[in-house]
Amino acid sequence: MFVTKDGKEIFIVDGHTHFWDGSPENQSNVHGKQFIDCFYAYHTNLSPPEELWEKERFEKYSEDDIYRDLFIDGPDDVAIIQSTYLKDFYKNGFSSIERSTTMAERHPERFIINGSFDPRDGEKALEYIHYMKETFDIQGVKMYTAEWNGESKGWALNDPAAYRCFELCDKLGIRNIHVHKGPTIIPLSKDAFDVHDVDHAATDFQNLNWIIEHCGLPRLDDFCWIATQETNVYAGLAVALPFIHSRPRYFGEVIAELLWWIGEDKILFGSDYAIWTPKWQVEKLWDYQIPEDISAERGGVQLTDEIKEKILGLNAAKLYDIDVSAKKKQLSAAPVQIAAE
Amino acid sequence: MFSEIHRTELEAEVWDCLHRVTDPELDEPITDMGFVERIGVDQDSGRVEVDFRLPTYWCSPNFAFLMGFDVRIAVSRLPWVKTTRITLNDHCFADRVNEGVNGSRRFAEVFAEYCDGGDLESVRLTFQEKAFIRRQEVVLLGLEARGFTGDDIVGMTLEIFDGVTFQGQEEARQKPRYRELLVARGLALRPDDPAFVTWEGARLETQGLRDYLARLRGVRINMEFNGALCRGLQSTRYKEVRIGADGPTLVDFIQNRVPPRESTPAEAGGAR
Repeated sequence: MFVTKDGKEIFIVDGHTHFWDGSPENQSNVHGKQFIDCFYAYHTNLSPPEELWEKERFEKYSEDDIYRDLFIDGPDDVAIIQSTYLKDFYKNGFSSIERSTTMAERHPERFIINGSFDPRDGEKALEYIHYMKETFDIQGVKMYTAEWNGESKGWALNDPAAYRCFELCDKLGIRNIHVHKGPTIIPLSKDAFDVHDVDHAATDFQNLNWIIEHCGLPRLDDFCWIATQETNVYAGLAVALPFIHSRPRYFGEVIAELLWWIGEDKILFGSDYAIWTPKWQVEKLWDYQIPEDISAERGGVQLTDEIKEKILGLNAAKLYDIDVSAKKKQLSAAPVQIAAE
Repeated sequence: MFSEIHRTELEAEVWDCLHRVTDPELDEPITDMGFVERIGVDQDSGRVEVDFRLPTYWCSPNFAFLMGFDVRIAVSRLPWVKTTRITLNDHCFADRVNEGVNGSRRFAEVFAEYCDGGDLESVRLTFQEKAFIRRQEVVLLGLEARGFTGDDIVGMTLEIFDGVTFQGQEEARQKPRYRELLVARGLALRPDDPAFVTWEGARLETQGLRDYLARLRGVRINMEFNGALCRGLQSTRYKEVRIGADGPTLVDFIQNRVPPRESTPAEAGGAR
């Protein structure tokens, strides 16, 4: 719960968080090392100095760490944990649904744990989707299109194998598809950051919600165009929001484009924990106003308190069928506690 | 001593020509971005070695390929250069980039192999268009800030444009860069040609100027995202760079990697 300076309580759903193990013991090769190193570089470059972590803690943080950072020091009411396997890089996977579920057992009412699959696994991917639904009753999945899988160095949402998986998701009621578009490796002639596959997938799977993390950046214009046409495409603010600290005017330009094109009902907060902690991001967003000259170029759009409340929790609550007042009651009856050390 | 000075001069020549190689996604010189890690010159054999490193291990390989080949082409143009060796370090595709860039095959051939025969020129053109848009937006906003009206801007000829001076650093920097692309693409050649047209060559109109600027802004927002991340990530990675056994080179000095000289006790005491 985030409480504003004038005492108003704001319900926070953190739409993009992780419980990963990127430690050297879990790395399979140099790629695993380079992957977590790259995340750490993001962390060190966009965090306020007082929020910086030591590398070792960043590589592998504890169950107590995540509870404290999200719910005690941090303002989250509910956190959506995304799974990312990266099996070519990490022995036990980077962040698996099993490990996250075990972590969440102390306070299951606080977490929604999403699965993940790799369409290039063919039949096995389909079996795995069944397994995740039956075992964990998942409501959503995280897709990472730049994941390596043997010879393949990436895939697209509209690949035929991916479509078979999404058909199954649709059938099983796995409605929320979070997409992280990483840079394409091959072919070289392709725009590495292309987002047009989102357009095809969203058109062909109207029952599914497509939440595009870091709002398609660095292809914000293409993304906005697609998300304006498709009613089931949403913008996740992970990675874009931390700019609010280091380059506030730039963040203003991004959020003004999003509000102008896709509107206040389709933007979702996500801290991208543990790359960044949620506390400072929520506080800064609550205090933020789009500079007037930037707003003027986009029809006067502005981040009102009402819009911020939607972005910070109400929009995600709708996608995940969270009854906000019931959830608030449930949470106040079961405050988060960390076991005494 | 003399040969040492000469070697430094040659290194500086290499450095200067690398100024003209840009990161295609960012439209910034690779030297300004700090991507050039080492320049090695052997004056007797005319051999030049250039090592470069990108902000992350995962940077898109097509950018890496383009930059690697552009470095090779730029360095090879120096009259005294006989052979080159361009090395991309710490990248997920480094082996293939280095093999392709330093091999005997033409770039277009190497490139085609990795994209099912895809066309290199069209990729280059896409990046050029983005660079054009980025440069043009800076100049247009600079003119507006200086009080030029929409009519002034759409009616501005190359000659009038050449006479405009900007106070702002970024506008002053982008003005010649914009002009260079404008002329290179043949969009304006004579003094009375309009200075502002679209990449396709259409004249701008006063009425549509705000919408046009909004489109330019969209492209810039994308480029700035990568640019801001690249600068940040690059600065983190370069903390790891160590000065070589032969002591600091020109690049070390330019990149501010050389720590201030520590005075020895003898010097501090003034003895001797």
